[in-house]
Amino acid sequence: MISRISALVCALVVSVVAGVALGPVPVPFGVTAELLRAALTGGVVPADLAGQYHIVWDIRLPRVLLAAVVGAGLSAVGVAIQAMVRNALADPYVLGISSGASVGATAVATLGVLQGLGVYALSTGAFLTGLGATALVYLTARTSRGLTPLRLVLTGTALAYGFSAVAMLLVFQAPHGEAARSAMFWLLGSLGGANWRSLPVATAVTAAGIAFLGTRTRQLNALAMGDETATTLGIEVTRFRTQLFVVTAGITGVLVAVSGAVGFVGLMLPHLTRMVVGADHRRVLPIAPLAGASFLVWVDVAARMLAAPEELPLGVITAAIGVPCFIFLMRRGTYVFGGR
Amino acid sequence: MRLDIEQLTVRGIVEDITLHASDEVVGIVGPNGSGKSTTLRCVYRALTPDSGAVLVDGRNVAGRKDLARELSALTQESQVEFDFTVAEVVEMGRLPHARSPSRDRALVADALATVDVTHLASRSFLSLSGGERQRVLIARAIAQQPRVLVLDEPTNHLDIRHQLDVLALVRRLGVTVLTVLHDLNLAASYCDRLYVLDEGRLVASGTPAEVLVPELLAQVFHITAHIVRHPTSGAPQLLFDQEVVA
Repeated sequence: MISRISALVCALVVSVVAGVALGPVPVPFGVTAELLRAALTGGVVPADLAGQYHIVWDIRLPRVLLAAVVGAGLSAVGVAIQAMVRNALADPYVLGISSGASVGATAVATLGVLQGLGVYALSTGAFLTGLGATALVYLTARTSRGLTPLRLVLTGTALAYGFSAVAMLLVFQAPHGEAARSAMFWLLGSLGGANWRSLPVATAVTAAGIAFLGTRTRQLNALAMGDETATTLGIEVTRFRTQLFVVTAGITGVLVAVSGAVGFVGLMLPHLTRMVVGADHRRVLPIAPLAGASFLVWVDVAARMLAAPEELPLGVITAAIGVPCFIFLMRRGTYVFGGR
Repeated sequence: MRLDIEQLTVRGIVEDITLHASDEVVGIVGPNGSGKSTTLRCVYRALTPDSGAVLVDGRNVAGRKDLARELSALTQESQVEFDFTVAEVVEMGRLPHARSPSRDRALVADALATVDVTHLASRSFLSLSGGERQRVLIARAIAQQPRVLVLDEPTNHLDIRHQLDVLALVRRLGVTVLTVLHDLNLAASYCDRLYVLDEGRLVASGTPAEVLVPELLAQVFHITAHIVRHPTSGAPQLLFDQEVVA
């Protein structure tokens, strides 16, 4: 277990350096490492490397780090949500957050609301409507007997259709194609807007959320066995599920605000992790975020390079890599989540 | 350890159920829909009764976690989708207790050995047969170190040999056991006392010989039964006529 974690941490560090080095303007690996070391330790950057330093430090590093944070956060949230609703098909967006956020993002992109916030308008709009949508799902799904998993999933799915419809309507009503295109790009996920200022909040929320989940791994195991079983093991099921709801919605809302709705990661990384280490959340929860972080760093590299100088949406790449990989593992292995 | 159910009422389902168990195996029997599972669910707190109380050792244990240290339960829930190993499932029984890795491991090993599933420890829980699963879940309940054990039809899905094994095992544990059983002959053989529920009300209680009489069986289960003595154990056993009572 410890060796797996250290291997993944090493892989993540290598991925980050590689992610910074690779791009439409390649910076040699050694130079990248040297520049990063200089920046972190306060060393001197030679004048002839100033241009590359700008690319490495101001443009690529925050973007690569944000990719790692988003990958880690979505993977952890996927793990928690699948246990919370006991559903193999659940992902961070099953509770309507991404479709809710898409309403805000498209409204900003096509109608020009919140323009006073400048570059933060899109994130803010997405965050607000995303959380609004989640609150609506929560209130609609809640009954006097608490939050049952099936009601949560059904409510989230049903309302998501409604939110998506509103977003699509906004896209089609958009006055000019460019607005529709940027809204669409956002819907499929992009880290193009990453900079140093978008990192702290996303990192803090994701780290705090993963830390919380990390203290609840045994409870997640019990919840995965069923509500009554969890109750007999001493868990206040309704309270725990509400906590999970708030934590996962908070992380997802923040991540969607900075990166759009990156698909696949939160659904598949938990499954891929379980296929390798089993279902016990004490192992899944440290592994899945680390794997997801490296995964999304490489996805973003592909997004920048495959059609350079154009960028591809992340969702297209996550699906293109993930789906075959997932089918391969599922057909090969003895994995049974979702029944035999 | 004493378990007392006092005047338990869940509106529309059970009414005014009072039941006591103390260091013995107590069975609840009754037709489908008579409120047996509802009563048990109130005991393990999956359901809050409209009125009445469940006392463990004379106390109304407030916190779920505190209760889980005293009382473990085998529920009817069976729609697990996560691929835990048998050892992981049994280890969940340690959840309500303070963590102690070496002690937990020893208790899990003991529990697995007690129900004779040590050889399954690293197998996938989902790959087990119904009988193996049931025994593993009982191992989890044992690992919880309860002083009261609540079982909702523990012999479900088991062949006759494993039905006998499980009930004999439960008796050997030496804790207070409250169990719902469908099979009246098993209930007569393994329970010290029986409570009979019908349409949400308690209609009889006492030793199997006192409770399982033809008049009551006709009234509650609408069957005609003849009572015989088991030739070796002496427990009352039932033989049923094919026609039901109108």
